[in-house]
Amino acid sequence: MNSTALAKAVVDGILTGGVYALMAAGLTLIFGVMDIINIAQGALIVLGAYMSYVLSVHLGIDLFLGLFITIPAFFVLGVGIEWAFMRRLRDQDRAAMSILVTYAVAIIIEGLLSVIFGVNFVQLHASYTDSTFHILGFYLPYIYVFGFLLALVLLGAMYYLLYHTHFGRGVRGSLQNRTAAELIGVNVNRVRALSVGIGVAVTAAGGMVFGATNAFNPSSGYDLISRLLSIVILAGLGSIGGALIAALFMVTLEDVVAVLWSPVWATLVYYASLIVVLSFRPNGLFGKAAVRAQ
Amino acid sequence: MSALLEAEGVCKSFGGLQALTDTSLSVAQGQIAGLIGPNGSGKTTLFNVMTGYERCHSGEIRLNGESITRAPPERVFALGVGRTFQITRLFFRLTVLENILVATQRHEGWIRSVARRAGSDAERRRAVEMLEFVGLGRLAARPAGELSYGQRKLLELASLLVADPAVLLLDEPTAGVNPTLINQLSERIRELNRAGKTFLVVEHNMEFVMGLCQQVTVLHQGRTLVTGTPEQVRADPAVLDAYLGGADDDDL
Amino acid sequence: MTAAVRARRSVRALLVVIALAILGVFPLVFSNPTTTTIAFYALIFMVSASAWNMFSGSSGYIALGHAVYFGCGAYALSLLANHLGVAAGWPVFALVPVAGIVAGLVAIPAGLIALRARRHTFVVITIAWMFIFQLAASNLGFTGGTSGLQPPTPLWGIDTYNRNFYYVAAVVLVLTVVLTWVVRRSRFGLQLLTIRDDEERARGLGVRVVRVKLIAFVLSAIPVGMAGAMYAYFLGQIFPQFAFDPLFDLSIALMAFIGGLGTLAGPLLGALVLESLQQYFTVQYGASQAYLIIYGVLFLVVVLLLPRGVIPSVEELIGRWRTRSAGSDAGPEEPGRTGDVVKAAGVR
Repeated sequence: MNSTALAKAVVDGILTGGVYALMAAGLTLIFGVMDIINIAQGALIVLGAYMSYVLSVHLGIDLFLGLFITIPAFFVLGVGIEWAFMRRLRDQDRAAMSILVTYAVAIIIEGLLSVIFGVNFVQLHASYTDSTFHILGFYLPYIYVFGFLLALVLLGAMYYLLYHTHFGRGVRGSLQNRTAAELIGVNVNRVRALSVGIGVAVTAAGGMVFGATNAFNPSSGYDLISRLLSIVILAGLGSIGGALIAALFMVTLEDVVAVLWSPVWATLVYYASLIVVLSFRPNGLFGKAAVRAQ
Repeated sequence: MSALLEAEGVCKSFGGLQALTDTSLSVAQGQIAGLIGPNGSGKTTLFNVMTGYERCHSGEIRLNGESITRAPPERVFALGVGRTFQITRLFFRLTVLENILVATQRHEGWIRSVARRAGSDAERRRAVEMLEFVGLGRLAARPAGELSYGQRKLLELASLLVADPAVLLLDEPTAGVNPTLINQLSERIRELNRAGKTFLVVEHNMEFVMGLCQQVTVLHQGRTLVTGTPEQVRADPAVLDAYLGGADDDDL
Repeated sequence: MTAAVRARRSVRALLVVIALAILGVFPLVFSNPTTTTIAFYALIFMVSASAWNMFSGSSGYIALGHAVYFGCGAYALSLLANHLGVAAGWPVFALVPVAGIVAGLVAIPAGLIALRARRHTFVVITIAWMFIFQLAASNLGFTGGTSGLQPPTPLWGIDTYNRNFYYVAAVVLVLTVVLTWVVRRSRFGLQLLTIRDDEERARGLGVRVVRVKLIAFVLSAIPVGMAGAMYAYFLGQIFPQFAFDPLFDLSIALMAFIGGLGTLAGPLLGALVLESLQQYFTVQYGASQAYLIIYGVLFLVVVLLLPRGVIPSVEELIGRWRTRSAGSDAGPEEPGRTGDVVKAAGVR
């Protein structure tokens, strides 16, 4: 067991975990406000990666600058999805239906991407994706660090939005108690639409970083959504702070196990830890134990 | 008359909110007991604790002397304690008859329960009897979702009755119900009581409670204020205080 | 029994007889190997969707990890056939029910963990469980790793091959449908439906929800395991990513939904249509992911226009047409004697 390798695994885990944290935050935000699990989040991340790909390869726009285009576009997309599909779900069977509906959206996205781009793996490239920082004996790829910083910035923006704006108060109110929020006069429809917009907008950023650090193809969404769901459930649905901690924990754990044992089993440990946690705390680590109407 | 169902020293809090503090209540066999109090005094919470839907931090619930504090709702019902809900809950996508059939208690292994048809002839006959008792006989094959508000309340009651429970906890049975139906309801409860059933009724309708119940307990801010006959409770100044101090507009 | 009800029953019985007849005669009439292969796959999915619907459609808990049982059945058959040295040909079919039981056994711990959670968490656990199995199958030695396993291949001519597999699958299908029918009309099935409508209240009426959900879950895993076993044997080769395929989960859910969740014939119809379409598409245009778009769009269309699925919506339309043409005396609202009501109530 090489301690440098171990330390590197931890650092890598934290850096990557930060990005997953951002995407998981989006997912849990959508759940908290809409009571819907957006299975399409994984596919949307892949879509974000492909959009960055198109902007970078066909239009020569830098990956990070391209976000100024993709993030707003995805925000609009998110609002559109909420308006077109989520709003029409009746309250009865909402849990069941939302899963199937978002899964359907996910496969439509996957299908479209397959038809347009084919099934071959691609990866995002820029001048900095292949260079590394050399700090304290570690080689940290630029892109990992930039990605992490980006995640921090966006998470910070989300925090500011949620805790220091009027809109944010409405969202938090809806997160805690939807009926009460409605009674107070929060414009629930608007809060919902905008929350989904935000939740989807972060996938544009996450997609770019994901695409720059991994080879991807249209089917990469399955692995992504499974990981994100595991993070969100382990944390407890609706807990954004919990999602951050869970993301960092699980991704770092996986990287560490990969170094200590084997990369192959690491992924298994990732999912197994979810099952283990849920056996003791069925509502996740930070989930509310209150009974919620399903 | 011995106590059939009792709550003793129940404490329950939600987060920072103390819902019940050292609440005690005793319902004797064959009694119709009432539970009243201003909104938010903890009546439904007490029901939830007594029927296993909520856990209390301290205190005991006893049925016939035996503790049922930790019993889950399924067990509480199997032991003979049935309850209705403040907002009428039914299985809306099942038919009226099916709603009743579900509650018929059978003690059989799971294989039988899978293999045999839902509802033997005897059970179905009994279910129809029950429906006729509450006047819903001709609607047996309709989905429960099609019933009117008052009919739903009757169905909810009928589903409990078919299991022949010893105790019935009714949570605001007259809420939103027209006066004719209220009288019918009163009559049915008296009939059932004469046949030996015990009742604990939460209500805001004072006329209904005072006219029906032999014993009334008043809850205020999660504590038992007073227990006594309707006349005693009516005359108690502390009770008047509790109601007038709160935002209630029921006549006392 | 009123005349209208008796007529409905006869029509239904007639439809069942016709369906069975078609099922029995199909490969003899359409003996083209491509067609019979497609038919076999359709049967596999009909079994799976039906079984899945028995649990998820009735309880409202959407399980998206039944691929675990499909894969376990596939691997169980292959491992047993190879290790016990079962002769290729008819003898291996005896392992199909065994594979089903294995799948059922795997479902027990899965159910115990997953069913303690609320509906949302439940879905995620079933998904995670599926990925765990996929990863385990890809990496464990005895499962052949990423190269998978090969069950013995029967030495039959192509026509006989397809026909034999078809009939075995048809038998399994009939058994599965019988199971779903028995469950549906039973007290147990009624309890499942109450769980879907209002689980908390069901508890208050004495329904032992944990037990009911678990039993239904395990029962639904068994036919899926058998489907996986037949599939593996038919192909002669299984790979972890095909045996444990997330798309399988979605497919059976969509099939059941489009046909009508909670109905008996719905998943059969949905599976028949979707799988045949997909296979036909693959044959005509080559393996392409475009079918995903069609699945997804079809699903969304059904959600928006026929939210209860095709069969319940059609039933509704027929019911409405019948009431309109027959006048209002065909319904059960007629004030009759208790005897009439009992009989009407006893019939569904």
